Amino acid sequence: MASIVADGLTIEFPLYHVAARSLKKRLLAKAALRVRTDESNRVVVAALRDLNFTIGRGERVALVGSNGAGKTTLLRTLAGIYEPVGGELTVKGEIGSLIDPGAGMDPDSTGRENIRLRGLYRGMDDAGIAALEADAATFSGLGEFLDVPTRGYSAGMSIRLAFAMATAMSPQILLMDEWFMAGDADFMGKAEERLASLVKGADIMVIATHDFGIVRRWCTRAIRLNAGRIVADGPVEEVLGAMEAGTPLPAPEPAKAEG
Amino acid sequence: MQTLALPTYHADASNPRRAARAMADLAAGLSSWRLAWALARLDLRNRYRGSVIGPFWVTLSTAIMVVGLGLLYSTLLKQDLTVFLPHLAVSLIVWNTIANLVPEATNCLVSAEGVIRQLPLPLTTHALRCVFRNIFSAAHNLPLIVVVFLTIGRVPGVEGFLAIPGLLLLGLNAFAACIFLGMICARFRDIGQIVTNIMQLAFFMTPVIWRVELLGENAWRLYFNPFYPLLETIRGPLVDGGVSVGVWIAALGYSALLCGVAAAFFIRFRSRVAFWV
Repeated sequence: MASIVADGLTIEFPLYHVAARSLKKRLLAKAALRVRTDESNRVVVAALRDLNFTIGRGERVALVGSNGAGKTTLLRTLAGIYEPVGGELTVKGEIGSLIDPGAGMDPDSTGRENIRLRGLYRGMDDAGIAALEADAATFSGLGEFLDVPTRGYSAGMSIRLAFAMATAMSPQILLMDEWFMAGDADFMGKAEERLASLVKGADIMVIATHDFGIVRRWCTRAIRLNAGRIVADGPVEEVLGAMEAGTPLPAPEPAKAEG
Repeated sequence: MQTLALPTYHADASNPRRAARAMADLAAGLSSWRLAWALARLDLRNRYRGSVIGPFWVTLSTAIMVVGLGLLYSTLLKQDLTVFLPHLAVSLIVWNTIANLVPEATNCLVSAEGVIRQLPLPLTTHALRCVFRNIFSAAHNLPLIVVVFLTIGRVPGVEGFLAIPGLLLLGLNAFAACIFLGMICARFRDIGQIVTNIMQLAFFMTPVIWRVELLGENAWRLYFNPFYPLLETIRGPLVDGGVSVGVWIAALGYSALLCGVAAAFFIRFRSRVAFWV
């Protein structure tokens, strides 16, 4: 059964290119809570601090919190991009991530070439790539533009292509950032339908978002992050209710953090 | 039953199993060589986008170099042109391959930053992409070697095939250099500049233009230059009818050293690269 278990999960970003002492001092003075120097005298930002949670099959989890709370970092860690500096993480199940739709796109290649490239990025065989191509071509509705280099696409067209490629999968664990809310109105109807089926097909979904509407509609559980820590974890209404009521946070806002 | 088949990602900071993960990265990178291959081809295509003769600029510029330097240095160094030109053509092509690869190797992870921070891909894929790109680029010079050999009328015999192990060794070293330089330059951005300077110096210190015999009894000192044995394992069979065992021992020794350092570095710091780029 698909599951995600984090035990004391910690991620720290070293700020290597903060060489100037004065800048270092200023950073440290401003945000002593989150930016610190570690044992080898590097400046590090604690992006995620000692997270403990278990996500089981069927759960739809929303990561909520202000900018820089660590939502995207947590998504990337779950996707296996950042390896934990402390603690333990076990993710069971095939992961599909919708974190950055444009990653790995080549602007000089045509839409069709980009779709094939995406198939290779995912490690697909020829049959898989052909299926992906057919699927993404139909869904994006780009028609003849599929054979035009993506450099010449409008922003909306790029998003349609990126969305079509990214969502042509059926993972057990779906990791999603909130980028997918862009796009023209005509496309959004189609997009939502497709996302809904993707979400339905996944055993677990984790989504980072600011939009409480999305959280209420799609999620069963919310984890609220602040300054890299979990400050609330529970049913959606409980967590969002507390956020809307403006319950004071235990920790002050961070001064500098990765999104 | 399904539980057994589930792909599992497990990371434990107190027990990082670095060697096993590095091996897994290498295996995944090599098995998805088609991705690196496709990306390398794209790189080359995009580099010469809109250019009429495209990557054959590589061939043309090497041809001009070979003819120009050949005429000048055969006179300066008092060499017979029919002996000197094949030597120069092979040397320059191999050297240009090395000299193009090294700066790209220093950049191979930093330039893939967008992908490294968004997609969980094996790092070896980016190194492999750099190696493939340089192989494709260098392959455009092959016709030039054929032309030179045919014009001069000094076609190497069967011993010319002995250059193949040398080429393979060069490829292996290129891969190790991409891993090592790519990682170290992602962390320390000054290294790239240092490497560029070293390569400029190395061009003059390595018998690319000049021939080893000119050093006379000091030729043994060349063994301290790691580029010399690497170059000689390819050039020797093609131009001089073979290479000495000493050259091969030195080439293998330096390669083992580079691969060892690259492997150690890769095992220790692989998981940190996402934070460095």
